[in-house]
Amino acid sequence: MDKKELVCIVCPKGCRLTVIEDKGSESGYRVEGNTCPRGEKYGIKEFVNPTRIVTSTVKLKNKYHKRLPVRTNGGIPKERIFDCMSIIKSIEIEHKVEVGQIIVKNILGVGVDLIATRSIE
Amino acid sequence: MIQYEIVVIGGGPAGLAAAVEAKKNGINNILVIERDKELGGILNQCIHNGFGLHVFKEELTGPEYAERFIDELKNMGIEYKTDTMVLNIDDEKNIKVLNSTEGLLEIKAKAVVLSMGCRERTRGAISIPGYRPAGVFTAGAAQRYINIEGYMVGKRVIILGSGDIGLIMARRLTLEGAEVLAVVEVLPFSGGLTRNIVQCLDDFNIPLLLSHTVTKIEGKDRVKGVVISKVDDNRRPIPETEKHFNCDTLLLSVGLIPENELSEKAGIEIDPITNGPIVNESMETNIRGVFACGNVVHVHDLVDYVTEESSTAGKNAARYVKNELIKDAEPIKTKPLNGIRYIVPHTVRVENLEDSLDMLMRVDNVYKNAKLIIKADKNIIKKVNKNHLAPGEMERIKIKLSELKNKKIFDISVEVEREDA
Ligand SMILES: Cc1cc2nc3c(=O)[nH]c(=O)nc-3n(C[C@H](O)[C@H](O)[C@H](O)COP(=O)(O)OP(=O)(O)OC[C@H]3O[C@@H](n4cnc5c(N)ncnc54)[C@H](O)[C@@H]3O)c2cc1C
Ligand code: SF4
Repeated sequence: MDKKELVCIVCPKGCRLTVIEDKGSESGYRVEGNTCPRGEKYGIKEFVNPTRIVTSTVKLKNKYHKRLPVRTNGGIPKERIFDCMSIIKSIEIEHKVEVGQIIVKNILGVGVDLIATRSIE
Repeated sequence: MIQYEIVVIGGGPAGLAAAVEAKKNGINNILVIERDKELGGILNQCIHNGFGLHVFKEELTGPEYAERFIDELKNMGIEYKTDTMVLNIDDEKNIKVLNSTEGLLEIKAKAVVLSMGCRERTRGAISIPGYRPAGVFTAGAAQRYINIEGYMVGKRVIILGSGDIGLIMARRLTLEGAEVLAVVEVLPFSGGLTRNIVQCLDDFNIPLLLSHTVTKIEGKDRVKGVVISKVDDNRRPIPETEKHFNCDTLLLSVGLIPENELSEKAGIEIDPITNGPIVNESMETNIRGVFACGNVVHVHDLVDYVTEESSTAGKNAARYVKNELIKDAEPIKTKPLNGIRYIVPHTVRVENLEDSLDMLMRVDNVYKNAKLIIKADKNIIKKVNKNHLAPGEMERIKIKLSELKNKKIFDISVEVEREDA
């Protein structure tokens, strides 16, 4: 039986959760230590498929600004953060950019895009 | 001499919100002055997400949050000058300004909004023995180098201070390929959000050393290593607990101080706890018609609260210009009692409130399952249950106008009541 200790980050209280695999329960998991239902939902998600928004910058060429800030527009699997960073590091941009513009579509094939977080003339 | 109805000093989120709100309240002749190359303030370098959950109900990065306000300001046709430094203001609202294209300018304003933000404490403020080699940065300076200038500060890094900026930088450096050996915190708890501890440290297995501090920096030209020691309850290093780390970089994330040189020169009264101006319900300082908002008043951790507080300042600057602020009402004092370090605003003229009073405050310690008790003189007017209170998280309390109106009140106090006490 698999289990994992986590800290809930949904609210500042920071309950210490234990997520335990439990074939008998409806979701397949049992969460202990949560003070409210949001903790249960977070615990299961973090156990099954932890994802993170990645924020970084990409290089701008021949521009007044040197870096374009970017982020993923959804969570990417936690273990792929560094793969995502390798792609981000390989990009160079020379054109005008609008905030929200897609820089890499469906990055790593995980179903989310890398977007610009500011406009660049 | 150039004349404006309202001059806003500082073009960060505070100044932007104040200017936009003043314009919405009917003032057309507004100038925003910013010393940096562009508007946006500290947000331009805060490329991580976590901004705007209250104001926009979505999670934005710093630059996205800033751009929305900058666009609004531009669309409204509000005038601004970047690359322009305010050198001096006096109690008559004469402002001396310097920029490279126009030289020295003198501006006269009917109302002024101070929104100069804060600066970082440096090593001088904490005194670590050793030389001052290259490789020692404040966390904010490192953030600017990496995120704006695009160059790395080092390869093996120790971070002193576990507030949110220190934590965010631990992740940022790791993503850029540096090895963060530890985040060191002198207090027995981190001042940062749990979310940042989980997503910036735990995700990358970066150790958090609580009740520890840096006691020595090694290296003459460049940092070669640091010594870290455990501290006792009085934050004094304990002998024989020293641990040596080889590293080339030390980041200091040891706190922020409101930037109030200009305010002090103008004769504005400063609260020794917040290090920012003493303000009333309208965010007005002791000089009538001079308002202040954002990090220059007290250091905020949520930009959303900065925006709201600054809208209040902007709106009231407009009311002041239009002669709508009631000036000589007898003010109520706000009183931080047990467990509360400070309250903003410091005084309240009930006559100027619109429908409620918003009080922002910080507690002095971590409390679990506590209550905030708000009293008007001796009478309890509100109780708020808090299952978690921490110095790193600003608390906000709203009091309905009906609780205050047409009553003879001398002070409003707030205190922490502990369940377990
Ligand atoms: C590193 C860091 C990380 C943060 N992370 C988060 C987060 O994740 N989520 C969140 O909600 N909040 C976060 N915050 C908090 C939030 O961003 C700040 O509270 C907010 O930016 C403060 O706004 P401000 O306008 O008061 O100050 P600032 O943004 O500092 O703006 C002040 C402006 O005034 C200008 N200025 C100063 N003096 C003069 C002068 N004499 N003449 C002309 N111009 C002058 C400065 O150049 C600056 O642009 C973070 C803050 C920091 C420092
Ligand atoms: S379980 Fe509920 S109360 Fe506990 S930290 Fe998570 S959201 Fe907050």
